[in-house]
Amino acid sequence: MMLTFLISFLLLQADPSAQVPQDDITAVPQDDITAVPQDTPVILSESEESINLGESEASAEENIDIAGIIFEHIGDEYEWHITEWKGKPVAIPLPVIVKSSTGWHVFSSERLQHGAHYQGLYIDPEKGKIVDEATGKRPLDLSITKNVLSLMMSTALLLVIILLTARWYKRHDALKEAPTGLAAAVEPLVMMVHDMARENIGEADYRKYSPYLCMAFLWILTNNFMGIIPFFPGGANLTGNIAITLVLALFTFFIVNLTGTRHYYKEIFNPDVPVFLKPIMPVIEVFSAMMKPVSLTIRLFANMLAGHIMILSMVCIIFIVAKYGPLMSGGMTVVSVLFGVFLDALECLVAFIQAYVFTMLSSIYIGLARAHEE
Amino acid sequence: MNLITPDMGLLFWMVVIFGIVFFLLAKFGFPVITDMVDERSAKIAQSLKDAQEIEARMARWKQEQAQMLEETRKEQSLMLRNATETKARIVAEAKAQAQAEADKILSEAKLQIEAEKESALRDVRREVAMLSVQVAEKVLRHELSDEGNQLAFIDQLVDEASKAPMHNSN
Repeated sequence: MMLTFLISFLLLQADPSAQVPQDDITAVPQDDITAVPQDTPVILSESEESINLGESEASAEENIDIAGIIFEHIGDEYEWHITEWKGKPVAIPLPVIVKSSTGWHVFSSERLQHGAHYQGLYIDPEKGKIVDEATGKRPLDLSITKNVLSLMMSTALLLVIILLTARWYKRHDALKEAPTGLAAAVEPLVMMVHDMARENIGEADYRKYSPYLCMAFLWILTNNFMGIIPFFPGGANLTGNIAITLVLALFTFFIVNLTGTRHYYKEIFNPDVPVFLKPIMPVIEVFSAMMKPVSLTIRLFANMLAGHIMILSMVCIIFIVAKYGPLMSGGMTVVSVLFGVFLDALECLVAFIQAYVFTMLSSIYIGLARAHEE
Repeated sequence: MNLITPDMGLLFWMVVIFGIVFFLLAKFGFPVITDMVDERSAKIAQSLKDAQEIEARMARWKQEQAQMLEETRKEQSLMLRNATETKARIVAEAKAQAQAEADKILSEAKLQIEAEKESALRDVRREVAMLSVQVAEKVLRHELSDEGNQLAFIDQLVDEASKAPMHNSN
């Protein structure tokens, strides 16, 4: 993982027009996160850098806005920009649902295009989010954005796939025939998670938790792969969005902590330690319990986001080098396509691994919370 | 554009959509699949165990069969031997019995012959005695035809008879 980071980082650096002030790399917004694992600042600094890279380029000469392109793809939008056709953008406008200081507003996002103001609302060009004119702050924004639409589509896809598989098992006697078609494809994945749940949670009550773990694994896997698909139904950076991974991690957190055994809570609040450690241990244990969802959130988010940024950077290299003559741009295009293929393959692997890791850690956390006195 | 600020709208939709789909799949999706597959795994495990058991039983049967065959063969040879022995014994016994019978008949015949001989001898002896008495009578009659001889003989007899009691009184 780090190696590919380094490669993409170096390739970004290799761009001759990139004049990045080193100070900006460390400019990580500190107020948003209180505790981030060691590896995240690297990603953040890189994305931060690509912003600066893009901005400096855009201001220096007439050039393509690399950061703009990248952030358009990894960020959220009020419309789904598919492509450009004869100089005109082809995009699906999505419904805006907002409760501002003037009440609820529901309308098409077409009305807010190009910085237009509508019903006292406009899209802040810097943040890319709807802002209330009256207060200058973000209203309660439940719009069906690109990510929400992608979320709906991929979740519906998962729902259909699983229900069709379940229907196969209802209609066929699984004791007499081997699964075919969709069931044959889904069964190994479901059973992998099911067996993982049995191993990590224990024979007694793993059945209660297995559906959640299956759901988490297949949902993450579906969305990771949907994110790799570069065109319309896919392409949204859903599992690389911190809100999504936060919700997933919170689901795990609540399942772990609302169904914990007496023994689990005793280990947190009254562990068997020397008396002088008694007041310290609960603090450490509670902190550690809190850190578990945070690490789950950041791990999935950072890995998927980094993958998207890497692939997009590879593609953008082609456009950056276009002005340096046919030889340079031809050579670099071959290189970047090769790297792009490599990174796409790598991302397929990462998509699976991250879904697996999230599910496995969730099952281990649940297993720890289901511990009984020995 | 802040990547690490969770967006409220997306949080809301994610909770709603993920929650609903999770509920649906946890009720109608995953348990159906996992239960069926678990059932199948259990059945496969059971079948394997059964097959193993049957195999063991078959092996046991085969062994038993071989053992039975072996036993039968042994019994057969034993019976054959017994039969031969019995035959020999019966023959021997028959021979012995025949011998005994023959001996008995022989000895009886001997005894009878002996008895016949004895009686024949007795007859002969009697006949001889009769003959000798007749001869003696004839001789005596011839001898004692004159007076002189008769007296001489009486004297001799008286003599002998008188001597004999003296011997006895002594």
